[in-house]
Amino acid sequence: MSTSEHTAEILTQDGVPLKVSLRRSQRRVKTRAFMLVFPLLAFITISFLVPIGSLFTRSVDDSLVNQVLPRTFAIYDTWDGQSIPDEPLFEAMYLDIKAADRVAIGRVSSRMNYEKSGWKSLLKKTARKLVDVESGPYKDQMIEIHKRWNEIEYWQSLSAMKDPLTAGYYLNSVDLKYGYDKTVIAQPENRQVYILLWKRTLLVSLMVTVFCLFLGYPVAHLLATLPVSKSNLLMICVLIPFWTSLLVRIVAWMVMLQQEGVVNDTLVFLGLPDEWRLPMMYNFTGTLIVMTQILLPFMILPIYSVMKTIPPSYMRAAQNLGATPSLAFVRVYLPQTLPGVGAGAILVFIVAIGYYITPELVGGKDGRLIGNFIAFHMQNTLNWGLAAAMGVVLLAGILILYWLYDKIVGIDNMKMG
Amino acid sequence: MSKSSPFVRYENVQKSYDGETLVVKNLNLDIAKGEFVTMLGPSGSGKTTCLMMLAGFETATHGNIMLDGKPINNIPPHKRGIGMVFQNYALFPHMTVNENLAFPLSVRKMNKAEIEEKVRFALDMVQMVQFGDRRPGQLSGGQQQRVALARALVFQPELILMDEPLGALDKQLREHMQYEIKHIHESLGVTVVYVTHDQSEALTMSNRIAVFDDGIIQQLADPVTLYEKPENSFVAQFIGENNKLSGTVSSISKTAAVVDLGKFGNIQATAVNVAKGDKTTISLRPERIVFSAKKPSMAKPSLPAKVMELIYLGDHIRCRLSVAGNDEFIVKVPNASVSADLKPGVGGYVSWKTEDCRALDLAT
Repeated sequence: MSTSEHTAEILTQDGVPLKVSLRRSQRRVKTRAFMLVFPLLAFITISFLVPIGSLFTRSVDDSLVNQVLPRTFAIYDTWDGQSIPDEPLFEAMYLDIKAADRVAIGRVSSRMNYEKSGWKSLLKKTARKLVDVESGPYKDQMIEIHKRWNEIEYWQSLSAMKDPLTAGYYLNSVDLKYGYDKTVIAQPENRQVYILLWKRTLLVSLMVTVFCLFLGYPVAHLLATLPVSKSNLLMICVLIPFWTSLLVRIVAWMVMLQQEGVVNDTLVFLGLPDEWRLPMMYNFTGTLIVMTQILLPFMILPIYSVMKTIPPSYMRAAQNLGATPSLAFVRVYLPQTLPGVGAGAILVFIVAIGYYITPELVGGKDGRLIGNFIAFHMQNTLNWGLAAAMGVVLLAGILILYWLYDKIVGIDNMKMG
Repeated sequence: MSKSSPFVRYENVQKSYDGETLVVKNLNLDIAKGEFVTMLGPSGSGKTTCLMMLAGFETATHGNIMLDGKPINNIPPHKRGIGMVFQNYALFPHMTVNENLAFPLSVRKMNKAEIEEKVRFALDMVQMVQFGDRRPGQLSGGQQQRVALARALVFQPELILMDEPLGALDKQLREHMQYEIKHIHESLGVTVVYVTHDQSEALTMSNRIAVFDDGIIQQLADPVTLYEKPENSFVAQFIGENNKLSGTVSSISKTAAVVDLGKFGNIQATAVNVAKGDKTTISLRPERIVFSAKKPSMAKPSLPAKVMELIYLGDHIRCRLSVAGNDEFIVKVPNASVSADLKPGVGGYVSWKTEDCRALDLAT
C-alpha cells in the first residue's frame, strides 16, 4: 500500500508491527484453506495441466528423426537440393541406418511416411538389405537396394523433418504441408479432409446451439413461471434424460430414427411411399437431432436460473407503460435473460465442438466431426502428433471464443445458476 | 365526461381466485377526478387485488370497472393509459434512468426531441436530473422511488396507481416522500389511487380513505372523520391507537347511549350503529382522556383507574392504567402537564367528553 510509505508503521500494544501480527493471526486460517483445496489442486495438476502440457509438446515435437538420422542432417544443408545427392550424404544415411535398431527404424519410418508416403517401405527394405553392404561407395549400392533412393522427392522431403520442432502437424490439421525447404503448400487434392471437417464441426455446433436455444428458451420460461407443482414436474422431465446414460439415449434415437424405425414406420403407415423413407440416422441429420436432444439441458438450466430471478412485475410495468406484450418481451424481458442465454449458448457450443461419442455412433460418414478424427489418429494411425495438434487447435478455438464472449458480453454477466 | 359521472367507478365488483372464496366482496367505489384516494387495510384484505383489477393485471370475476365513464374490463393493460408505481419500483435494470423514463414515450412513437424534453421535465419534478445516466442498481432506495414516480408520470396519465410505493424505505425517507407525493399530486391535479397498510401514510396524503378488511370496505371517509368518528371497531382499532371497554347497551336516546359495564357501573357514550340490548365495544382515543387524582365533576363521564406503568416518550408520557378490568388502558399525558403525583400504583380517575366515547359494534 502506498499510504504505509509516508505514515509511521502501526504497532500493536506489545510493540509488534500490526502487519506482522495480522499475518501471524491469519496464518492458521490460510494454511487450513490451502490444505482444503490441496487435493483438488493436485488432482487438476496431474489430470489436467500435465496432459495439456504434454499434448502441446507432442504437437510440435519432431526430435525422433533427428535422433535416428544425426549424421545425415549434419551435412544435409551442404546438398543443393536440385539433383540426386553425392556420395557423402549417402554415406551418412548408410551409417545412420546401420546404427539404428529395428524398433527405431520402425518408428522413424512411420513418422517419415506422414511426410511422404513410401518412406516406410524404403527405410525398412534398406535396413534389411544393408546388412550385406560392408564398404563404400554406398550411393550405387543403396540405389540398387531401392530405386527410390534415386528419386529427388524423398531427399527433399527430409528438409521438413530436420528441425526438432515442427509446425508440420498443425499444417497437416488444416490441409497444408511443407514442401521442399520449408515452403508451405497445400496437400494434394485427394488428401484434403480436415478443412471440410473443421467447417462441418463448426456448422454442427452452431446449429445445435441455435436449435437448443429455440427449443430451450420457452421451456426455461415455463419452468420459471409455472406454479411450483407443475414446474417441478416439468423440471423432472428436463432432468431425467439428463441423468440417463448417454448410450441408452443414443440407442433410443436409433430405434426412433433409423430406416425401419418408429418415425419412418409411422410415416409409411400414414401414407408415405415405402421408398421415400427419410434418411434420419447415420448421417448429418442424425448427428444434429441427437446432439440437440442431449445438450438441451445445458441450455435450459442456465437460462432458467436467470429467468427465475426476474420478477413478473417488470413485464407488468412494461405493459402498464404502454408496451404490447410482445414489445414488452423484446425490450424488457429478453435483454434481462441475455446473461443466461450467453452462458447456455457458450456451454452448448463448447461441449458440441468437441463431441465424440454421438457422431461416432449416429453420424455415419457425413456426420462425423473433428473429435472423431482425433480419436481415429490416436487409436488407429497412432499419429499422436497430428491428434495433439488438432486438440490444441480445438482448445485454442474455444479460448478465442471465450475471449470474444468476454469482450462482447462480459464473463461477469454470465450466470450458470 | 358529465359532471355527475365519477372518473373511476367500481360497480358491484367481486373477485375470486379459486372459485370458492371471494377476495373482494361486492365493491362499490366512486373516485372523482383529481382525488387522492387511499385503499388501506391489513395484508390479505383485498386492497391490492382491487388496484390490480384497475390496472388490468387481474380480471374482475363479476361487476364493472369504469374509467372516465367507459367500462374497461376488456381493455388490456397497455391500452388503459394508467400510470403505476410498483411495490419494488420495477425499474428496468438493463436501462439507464433516462431510458427507463423514455420507454413509455418511445412505445407511443414520440419523436426524439419531445421524449428528451418530457424525460427532463419529469426528472426535474423529482429532482433527479443529474442521475439520468445511471442504472437503477446504482441508485439508493429513495432515488429509485423518485425515478419510479417520474416514470409513472412522464407520459402524463390522468390516473396514477401506487402499490405500497414507500414500503421499502426507512421511516424518515418515507415521511419525506409522503409530502413529496402529496405536493406532486396537488400541483399536477392527477387522480391517485394509493394502496398501503400504513395508516399514518394514508392519513397524511389522502383526500379520502377506504378502509378494507375481509374484502369489504369497512369505512370510506376523509382522514378526519375516519379518525374522529370511526363507524365500527375494526376501523377504530386499525386507525390510530384505541382503548376498548366492552359492555351492553342498556338504554338509548337519539345519539347517546348508556352502556352497562357490569360491576363497573354505567357510562354515557355516543351510539354508532348499535341498538338497545346489543353487546358493544366502547372506543376511546388515548389522547382524549384526562387522568386526575380527584373525581371530576358529574358532567363528564369518568371511571376509577389505577396507574400500572409509565413510559417516557419525550414529548408525552404513556400511562398504562387499569380501568374497568382492562389492564392495557393507555392514556397519553402531554409532557408539560405531568403532575408529581403520577406514579405507578397511584389510584385516580379517568374522564372524557361523551362525544369522544363511541359505542361501536362488538370487536372480534
